[in-house]
Amino acid sequence: MNSISLLAVAPKHLFENGDLLVSSIVVIIKVVVAFALLLVGVMLYIWGMRKWIADMQNRVGPATAGPFGILQTLADGIKLFFKEQTIPSTAHRSVFRLAPYLSITPAFLMFCVVPIGGEVSILGRQTTLQVVDLPFGAMFVLACSGVGVYGVILAGWSSGSKYPLLGSVRASAQLLSYEAAFGLGLLGALIHTGTLSTSEIAKAQFWHGPASLFGNGGVAGQAGWNFFPAIGAFFIFIIAALAETNHPPFDLVEAEQELVGGFVTEYSGIRFAIFFLAEFMNVITMCAIATTLFLGGPSGPALWPSKVGAHGVINVWLMPIIWFAGKTIMLTYGTVWLRAATPRMRYDKLMAFCWKYLIEAAILWIMFEIALEIGRSQGWSTAGRFTLAGATAVGCGLLYGLLMLCVPKPGETVEEFR
Amino acid sequence: MNALLLAATKDVVAFHVNPVLFYALAAIAIAGATGVVISRNPVHSALFLVMTMIIIAVFFLTLSAPMVAIVQVIVYASAIVVLFLFVIMLLGIDRHEMLATDDRKYQRPAGAALGLLTLGGLIATVIGNWQLGPQTSSGRALSAIPTLDGVASTTAGETDQIRPLARTLFTQFAWQFQVTAVLLVIAVVGAVVLARRSTRPARTEVSA
Repeated sequence: MNSISLLAVAPKHLFENGDLLVSSIVVIIKVVVAFALLLVGVMLYIWGMRKWIADMQNRVGPATAGPFGILQTLADGIKLFFKEQTIPSTAHRSVFRLAPYLSITPAFLMFCVVPIGGEVSILGRQTTLQVVDLPFGAMFVLACSGVGVYGVILAGWSSGSKYPLLGSVRASAQLLSYEAAFGLGLLGALIHTGTLSTSEIAKAQFWHGPASLFGNGGVAGQAGWNFFPAIGAFFIFIIAALAETNHPPFDLVEAEQELVGGFVTEYSGIRFAIFFLAEFMNVITMCAIATTLFLGGPSGPALWPSKVGAHGVINVWLMPIIWFAGKTIMLTYGTVWLRAATPRMRYDKLMAFCWKYLIEAAILWIMFEIALEIGRSQGWSTAGRFTLAGATAVGCGLLYGLLMLCVPKPGETVEEFR
Repeated sequence: MNALLLAATKDVVAFHVNPVLFYALAAIAIAGATGVVISRNPVHSALFLVMTMIIIAVFFLTLSAPMVAIVQVIVYASAIVVLFLFVIMLLGIDRHEMLATDDRKYQRPAGAALGLLTLGGLIATVIGNWQLGPQTSSGRALSAIPTLDGVASTTAGETDQIRPLARTLFTQFAWQFQVTAVLLVIAVVGAVVLARRSTRPARTEVSA
C-alpha cells in the first residue's frame, strides 16, 4: 500500500479493495519497527563512535554502564530527559520550542524510503522491507535533507544570542551549497538504474556472483552494484552527505572554538538531546542511502540457493538484512575515522571547496557517466564508449579551464587581473 | 498497489479527492497564507510560507502528481525559503524599527492596487473555468497541463510518471526551459556585478 494511492483515490475505492485493515496494520508495524530500529541504531552508533574514537586516541572510552559501557548512551539520554530546560529571556519562545522537532522529523522521514531487506510477505501481503516505497524515493531524500535545514537555522535564530545566530547563518549557506553537490552525487547512481524509486535501485543491483561487484561489466541483462561504475559519484555523494549532516570535518555550524556551541548553545535537556539524536540519525540514514544507491543495498551472496523451507526463510528474510546492516555499519565506521582523524575546515575554504571544486568535479563526472550510458544505449563497443566519455570529460575540463582564466585568482586584486 | 493507482489515474474519472481531506488541507493552506501576510515578524512569515508550500505539495499528491509535489518541496519549501531566511538573518531585517523607516509614500497604495488586481484576475479565472461535478482528464482545466495526459494514459506503472514529464520538458518545452535557465544565469551574473562594484582592492574570494 502506497501513501500516494491512499491519498489519490476516494475512500470508496479503498474499501472495495477490502484489505485496508491489513494494509494499515502492516504500515503501522513497519513505522514502529523502523522508528525503534533507528533509535536503537543511534544509541549503538554513539556508543560505538565513542569506543572507536577512544581506540584511535589510546583511551578506554565509556566503560562503566553495562558491559563494555554499551548502556552509556541510555544513561546520558535518561539524564538529559530529566534535566531542567532553560529558555533564554531574549529567545523567540515558540520557534525555540519548535526547532528541535523540525530537525528530527525529516531525519526520521528520510529513513522511511530506505529498503533494509528483500521482498518478504507480512500477514499474507508481499512487500519490500521499507516503510514506504515511493516512486520517487531518491527525490524524497533530497526534499527531506532540504527541509531538515530548518531545524538548525531556526534554532540559532530563535536563541536570541550572537553565537547561535552566527552558527545558523553558516548552516544555511553551507547546507544550501552542499545540497547541489549532494544532488549531483545522487544523480550518478540514478543514471545507471534509470529510476527514482529506491526499491527499484536496490533491486537493479541484484547479486549474481562476484562479477556484480564491478557493475554490469558490459554483460547485457546483468546489472551489478553501482559502486565501480559510479565511483566518482560515490565519493562526491559521501563528502556532500557529510557536509549536509554537519559531520566533522564540516561541523562549522557548531565549531566550539569559534562559536561556543553553535546553534545548540542555548539548548539544554531533552531539546538538546533531540538535536543530537537528529544529527546522528542523519549520519546513519545517509550511510544507509549510500549503501542503497551505490553498494547494492541488501544484495549479497545467500547462504543456500534455496528459497523455500527453513533455509528459504533465512535467505529471504535474514541474509538481505545482514548484508544491508553490514554495509551500513562499515560506512558509519568510516565516518567515525573521519571524526577522529580530520581537523575542522576553515569556513571560507569550506565554501570554496564546494563551489570551486566539488560541484565542478561532480558535473565532470556526471558528463563522463552520461556519455558512457549513451554509448551503451547506442550499442557501441567498450573502446568507443570510453573514447566518447573521455573526450566529453576532457572537453568539459577545458571549458572549466577557460572559465577559470576569466576570473581573478584568489588574493589577486581586480587591477592586477586586468 | 498498482491496481489502485490505475484506478486513480485511468478509469477514473476523476480525481476523487476526499472532500474531508480537501477542506482540512485548504483550511490549513489558507491559515498559512494569512499568517504570511499578517505576521509582524518576517521569520514567522517565512515559516508560514513553508507551511503553505508543503500543504500545496500535499494537494499535488492528491491530484496524482507526486513529481510536482516533490519538486514543490525541494525547490520552494526548502531552497527558496531557506534563502529568504538567510537574507533575513544576514541583514537583520527582523527588527521593527527598520520596517518602520523603510516606508516609502507610494509603496502601500501601489501594493494594495497590485494586490486587488491579482485578486480580480484570480476570481475571473476561477469563475471563467468553473465546472460543477468531477472533472474528467479531458476536462478543460486539466488539459491545460500537458503532463497529466501523459500520466493518465500510461499503464506501465508508477515510476513512469517521470518519463512523460521529462520528455515534454525537453522536447515540447525545450525552448522555454532554456530561456528560464538563461534567466537564472542573468540573475547570478547581476548579483556578482552588484557585489563586486567597489573600486578598492577587492577581496576576490566570493563566498557564496
